[in-house]
Amino acid sequence: MRYAMAIDTKKCVGCGDCVVACQTENNVPHGYCRDWIVENVAGSYPNVEIELRSERCNHCDNSPCVRCCPTGASHIIEGGIVKVTHNECIGCGACIQSCPYDARYSHPEGYVDKCTFCDHRLAKGQSTACVEVCPTSCLYFGDLEDPNSDVSKALKNRAWKVLAPEAGTKPQLYFLT
Amino acid sequence: MKEELFVSGRNIPNIDPYLNIWHWEIPVYLFLGGLAAGIMFFAGYFYIMRKEKDMATTVKFAPFLVPFALVLGLLALFLDLKHQLYFWRLYTTIRLESPMSWGAWTLMFVTPLSMLWVASYMKEVFPKWDWKFKILEQFADLTIKYRKAMAWALMFLAVVLGVYTGILLSAFNARPLWNTSILGPLFLVSGMSTGLAAIIWMSKSKYERKVLSRIDLIFIGVELFLIIHMFMGFMAASEVQIEAAQLFLGGEFTVVFWVFIIILGLLFPATLEVLELRGFHIPIWIPSLLILIGGLLLRFVMVEAGQITRYLY
Repeated sequence: MRYAMAIDTKKCVGCGDCVVACQTENNVPHGYCRDWIVENVAGSYPNVEIELRSERCNHCDNSPCVRCCPTGASHIIEGGIVKVTHNECIGCGACIQSCPYDARYSHPEGYVDKCTFCDHRLAKGQSTACVEVCPTSCLYFGDLEDPNSDVSKALKNRAWKVLAPEAGTKPQLYFLT
Repeated sequence: MKEELFVSGRNIPNIDPYLNIWHWEIPVYLFLGGLAAGIMFFAGYFYIMRKEKDMATTVKFAPFLVPFALVLGLLALFLDLKHQLYFWRLYTTIRLESPMSWGAWTLMFVTPLSMLWVASYMKEVFPKWDWKFKILEQFADLTIKYRKAMAWALMFLAVVLGVYTGILLSAFNARPLWNTSILGPLFLVSGMSTGLAAIIWMSKSKYERKVLSRIDLIFIGVELFLIIHMFMGFMAASEVQIEAAQLFLGGEFTVVFWVFIIILGLLFPATLEVLELRGFHIPIWIPSLLILIGGLLLRFVMVEAGQITRYLY
């Protein structure tokens, strides 16, 4: 099993519903977030292009945050999801320094926190909070190894890219272009 | 083509607009670790070379600084943790891939060892010292008996500690400035040089200062060589690393790096040491202090600048 997410940059309108849904679902403290919106404007008038991306932890295959963690608090669970065990985390910040996507933050209670691909919802057979609320249905989530999953189907028919592949982390967020 | 990025729905303190989660604690700790490594290495080395008498400061007196430096360094490290009550988690596991885990374990061995080394010289340095309890007295005698083994262990662990202070940073893939393995030897050599500077400052023997100054000059030379190679590596690497190097070649860290670290922290004190060896009278604290400040600044600048460099946004 290999969980992954595809984000349709052509369909995303940057409303930020995924951000709020995540904050609500996961009790993210005020002023912090586990996912966010990037608005990438390129070109010069009149040939301007805009790309909207809903970003979060890439749950990398080669995850530097897990390798750097001195206590093993950062670990990988089934499906390739990168998680942090709160009461094993010492708050040293090594994983924050090693993440090319800046997807981790220091929770006010001290430990490091990040996107979990809503594994508590997956266990119940539901999808992630951000996927469920997206009003344009531009987020596709599922198992990459299952050819019939939403994410596999989305990737089959479209051109896609990943962010900062040169960082060598094998990220698992695919942006449909 | 012009490209503009807006990141919305996100405003995380200490990460946006740029990563700033490590403050003064980490460079101070890296400096103290390097200083301790330098002193320990030469204490062990000159003991094994049977220079205990000629190099008394190096072998006997200067190591008294080491436990203090290490404990202060560990305190700084502890202050840096955000989930402090769980710090003991470091010692419930060994993570071979994590340099921080290596470092935590190295410190676990090297700190007590430095104290044992000091204990073995307690009576020589403070003739009136009384261990109070007989068992402590016997224990101190035991440390004297095993000095040679301790000296080898000191040298070995000093190198591990010194390299680790640099490798700690280079293990973080996401910070292009740190992502070079040359930081290991660079911080080791710089730590050795600061250790030597501290010993030279403390020493009253002309012979000892002369020997140590000569070694220090070699280390300063190697340090400059490594710094030049670091920049050569950056300039020949990918764009993110070229951008990282630009911080020092015209960017915001140019002055502090080239003026305060390279010129005032390395070239000028090296010149003074050469003049001293040639027979000019130079107050010994000047080059020593400059080298120590240069070493501390190098770590501050590397930690600060490294956190600005990144792949995205």
